[in-house]
Amino acid sequence: MRRLARVWRRSIQARVVTSTILLSTLVVALTGWALLRDVADGLADSRLSAAVSEARSGFDYAQTQLDATLESEPTTQSQALTQMVDSLTRSRGAARTYELVLEGPLTDDGLAPIRSSAGIDPASLPTDLAHAVRSGPGTFWRYSDLPLLGSSTSEPSVVVGSQLRAPGSNDTYALFYLFSLADQQETLDLVRRALLLGGLAMILMVGGVAWLVSRQVLDPVRLARRIAERYASGNLEQRMHVSGEDDIARLSTSFNQMAASLQSQIRRLENLSRLQQRFVSDVSHELRTPLTTVQMASEVLYDSRGRFDPQTARSAELLKRELDRFESLLSDLLDLSRFDAGAARLELDTIDLSEVARGAADDPVLARAGIEVRLLGVDRPAIVEADMRRINRIVRNLLANAAKYSGSRVVEIEIAQNDESASLAVRDFGIGLSGDENLRVFDRFWRADPARTQGGTGLGLAISREDAALHGGTLQAWGRPGAGSEFILTIPKPDGSAKHPPLVSVYA
Amino acid sequence: MSYRRTKRDRVLVVDDDASLAEMLTIVLEGEGLTSAVCRSGDRVMAAFNQFKPDVVLLDLMLPGLDGMSVCRQIRATSGVPIIMLTAKSDTPDVVAGLEAGADDYITKPFKNTELVARLRARLRRSDQLASPLEFGDIVLDPAGHTVSRKGEALELTPLEFDLLACLLSDPSQVFTRETLLQKVWGYHHPGDTKLVNVHMTRLRSKIEDDAENPQVIRTVRGVGYQAILPGS
Repeated sequence: MRRLARVWRRSIQARVVTSTILLSTLVVALTGWALLRDVADGLADSRLSAAVSEARSGFDYAQTQLDATLESEPTTQSQALTQMVDSLTRSRGAARTYELVLEGPLTDDGLAPIRSSAGIDPASLPTDLAHAVRSGPGTFWRYSDLPLLGSSTSEPSVVVGSQLRAPGSNDTYALFYLFSLADQQETLDLVRRALLLGGLAMILMVGGVAWLVSRQVLDPVRLARRIAERYASGNLEQRMHVSGEDDIARLSTSFNQMAASLQSQIRRLENLSRLQQRFVSDVSHELRTPLTTVQMASEVLYDSRGRFDPQTARSAELLKRELDRFESLLSDLLDLSRFDAGAARLELDTIDLSEVARGAADDPVLARAGIEVRLLGVDRPAIVEADMRRINRIVRNLLANAAKYSGSRVVEIEIAQNDESASLAVRDFGIGLSGDENLRVFDRFWRADPARTQGGTGLGLAISREDAALHGGTLQAWGRPGAGSEFILTIPKPDGSAKHPPLVSVYA
Repeated sequence: MSYRRTKRDRVLVVDDDASLAEMLTIVLEGEGLTSAVCRSGDRVMAAFNQFKPDVVLLDLMLPGLDGMSVCRQIRATSGVPIIMLTAKSDTPDVVAGLEAGADDYITKPFKNTELVARLRARLRRSDQLASPLEFGDIVLDPAGHTVSRKGEALELTPLEFDLLACLLSDPSQVFTRETLLQKVWGYHHPGDTKLVNVHMTRLRSKIEDDAENPQVIRTVRGVGYQAILPGS
């Protein structure tokens, strides 16, 4: 049932064919019904007029006979009436087409003697007809259902009745002709069967035609859909076959034009991106070599600053410090431009976030800065597929951020995981984040306090967030002013997603 | 650790940038090392054979013959330590260089101290083994730095020898990549697992019958590497 509903929902063809069949069934049924009614009426009318005229001639004959038996004795009269019924039923030879019922002489109490052709139950005559015939002169008829002519079952028939009057005794008689309509019924059944079969065949044919026609229209649409799906999945090489000049051909042409224009756009963007990557790579190489020389030279100067006069010595110090800063800025900018160009690539390894956390906590830089690192949840391995260098860089950035800006003396690293992903949280208990700062910390060159510009490039968190996104993971920040801040890195496990991090921030 | 103090270690600097090459020699001489400069890829082998360096500092971007090819040329005749200088920290280049036979790499720009630390690390030999070690059908001789398997000598570079010696010296231990970096490469360089990965692949291709199905060193998923005890 559900499958049928699905087919109905998804297939235009099924809907077209079904509704065509339903509508044509309705039309065929209506016309069939009207046709059958006309045929039935015609058949009945012609039989009725024949029956009535045959009955009339019978009535005339019977009246003549009745007139002739006028003088006879009552017993003879009775015999004569029986003979008359016999002769009337026999009058058409072997092929008898009617039965007779003669009632009379009629009495007021309705208990008149009855003569009839064999096997007819006079009580089965339509009562209103019998009543009408008994009460006065005239010819009356009714349709009825009677077993006639030796048949054991009722069949449609017409009963014609008339009053006869014996001139002498003034006795009245009721004579009924019972004609079978079985032949007409048979013809009607035949016509009905023919109509039913014809109608059914027509409905099937119309359904088939609807199926064919809808296929003719829908096949190109389906082809277009399949090709569109391929375009959507990035395969732009496919084209639709164009033949003729009809709507389908025009659809195909527009489709192909769309694909071609998409393809050229994408190529243009790819070229741009390639150029950008080349540029980044070239700048990288061209800048790095001289920077290396300058930096080495500055280090040599710095190492010998003890032999310089104070001004030169201080210059050497500034030179070295700012070159270091320049170097980190350059490297961060190059990393960001690689992200922007989509040129950043992961080098995946199976790594344990708990191990990463333990390693990060051991960083002597933290100890030198007087930061106490507490590890939570690192006793159990949290295995993910990730780029070791990038994960380490993220953790390093988060720790540096906590150490430099939060003013916190204690930093917590917590590891948690579920089936889908693993999280590493870096929590501090320093100045915290206020307002929308938890979003703005990831902005490039954003600083909580513009006056505090020493150290760092202002790009660390932006890069970290890009690094996390490259893994299909997330890096989010929470904070409460004066209480502290927390950064949670979530990396999806293989076939998992980072949508539902296993860890909720204590500042959320 | 044992330093060879008897003579000044010789460093061959291969770099086409004149200023950088000169600066490198200044720093190296300042560290008590002897250095020579070669500025074109196609003249490296001649310089190498003539200078007989103890370590090669090799820039990957070279005129004449590119760094990878130079690396392979040197490896074809010698196991002398090679440290790549690369401006590209993009990993494919680094991995390609390591696969071409470089022992280590250093990304420009670098600190003098970092450069010297890496050079020193490559110049000294780790002393994982005091005496010859037999491990299944593998025999390591620390004195001659030779390795044989089923009596057949294996051509391992000094780095590969140290890596193998480190792993075989304690089969009960699973060595993390971090530990191996520290013990074999001799400096703390967190997260640079590709160094270990690439050299483990090279080592396996030399000591294993089927590198896909290792019988000597197994990979402990998510942790590191461990020697497989013979017969287990």
